[in-house]
Amino acid sequence: MVSFSQVTKRYPGGFEALKAVSLDIQPGEMVVITGHSGAGKSTLLKLMADIERPNTGTVLVNGQNVGTLRASAIPFLRRNFGLMFQDHKLLYDRSVYQNVMLPLNIIGYGAEDAAKRVRAALDKVGLLGKEKALPVTLSGGEQQRLAIARAIVHRPSILLADEPTANLDAAYAAELGELLRSFHQVGVTVIIATHDEQLAARLQPRRIVLDTGRVVS
Amino acid sequence: MKNWLRQHGLCFAGAIAQLARTPLASLLNIGVIGVALALPLAFYVVLVNVQNLSHDKSPVPQVSLFLALDAQAADTREIESLLKKHSSVAKIRYISRDQALADLKAKSGLADVIGALGGNPLPDGFVIDAKDNSAAALESLRDEFKKWPKVEHVQLDSAWARRLDAALQLGRLIVLVLGALLAFALVAVTFNTIRLQIVTQRDEIEVAKLIGATNPFIRRPFLYYGALLGLAGGLTGWLITLGGLHLLNGRLSGLSDLYGARLRLQHLSMPDTLSLCVFAAALGWLGAWLSASGNLAAFDPQ
Repeated sequence: MVSFSQVTKRYPGGFEALKAVSLDIQPGEMVVITGHSGAGKSTLLKLMADIERPNTGTVLVNGQNVGTLRASAIPFLRRNFGLMFQDHKLLYDRSVYQNVMLPLNIIGYGAEDAAKRVRAALDKVGLLGKEKALPVTLSGGEQQRLAIARAIVHRPSILLADEPTANLDAAYAAELGELLRSFHQVGVTVIIATHDEQLAARLQPRRIVLDTGRVVS
Repeated sequence: MKNWLRQHGLCFAGAIAQLARTPLASLLNIGVIGVALALPLAFYVVLVNVQNLSHDKSPVPQVSLFLALDAQAADTREIESLLKKHSSVAKIRYISRDQALADLKAKSGLADVIGALGGNPLPDGFVIDAKDNSAAALESLRDEFKKWPKVEHVQLDSAWARRLDAALQLGRLIVLVLGALLAFALVAVTFNTIRLQIVTQRDEIEVAKLIGATNPFIRRPFLYYGALLGLAGGLTGWLITLGGLHLLNGRLSGLSDLYGARLRLQHLSMPDTLSLCVFAAALGWLGAWLSASGNLAAFDPQ
């Protein structure tokens, strides 16, 4: 489903975030990418969703070479993904409901269908009672769950989560781990980048360990 | 189709909400565009009115032939038949001396003076359209008509018609140049407004792009906003011109009453008003498109 072969990513200034990385992720797998900060975890996720492009090597997603996509094709690649960012990237001037509605408006769902899906997603993460609230009024854990609801509302086949448990206490982190597992159980490919050993231990996924841009195991 | 309509409906509502969110800035922007459009608009309105005033929308030079005052009805008929047979004459219009007097009384505001004259000082006349409107052809016609019996005077009105035409063409050129310059100003105003919006909505655009929004999707609300801004500006320009005309007509009616004539400037016709709206909206749309397309490229992956 996602495959890297000999991928190198060098940022302007010469820093090499990834060095000749090759890996394969099968449909329906749950993968945790670990490594210390600066090891290249976030870069790996960004390459998958075509937020960054590799300098050498190829990244294939569903058989498409991501590095050579036309700009107009990128949005359609990204609709395969549910993206959870380290900094949430919620829209703070819109309600919880409107935040989750955004992906459906972008894809172009009908009003009724969209409303149903938004409610289902909010119900799944336990935020159904707060749909009119603004994100700033939510706790850190609730904001993270809102980010999940937005990531999965359009039922993507791949969920990418970058440090999903950062800034969460242990109870929230455990809750979030269970949510991620439940998506894996219904067949979603879940790819998590984290340095949270507890999360990795709880989910018992396949692990990919990065060290200064190389895959070490 | 229903979803497509819904998407556009959302964008339209969003654009109006955006205008309402910053009412002062929106009003000032609309005002700038309105003033910019009012200038060429006012020029154009005056031009159209001058053109209408000359009674002849595309001045074709005519030849006026006046008979002697002692000409009899038979003489008039003979001249008429001569004119009708003439190979260079396209059309003739007969104006009897009574009709000419009635026209003069009605139009010139000199009714009192004419009434004091006692008799009718005007001759019978013909207004002749020639087939060939070149100056040389008209002059040879004039010389020919002059030799006919009982013809007192033949007059070419081509000279003043040409002068008016040249002046009108100059006016049209001024309107065009002014219009082009201020159309550019309209595009520039929307360009900058949209650029500012894109900067302030950076986060939102970035998130939308990450989630899979296409550039046309992101551009659409800005295009609606630009078109609305242009349209509102166009209507403002129209209203400014209306106000100006109202003031001017107030003065003109005082002036024209003194001369016993009716002078009133007309505002834009319905088709012209519609084209103004479409034109202003299209320019706003263009400015928004240029701005959005230029500024969205920065979000593409490196």
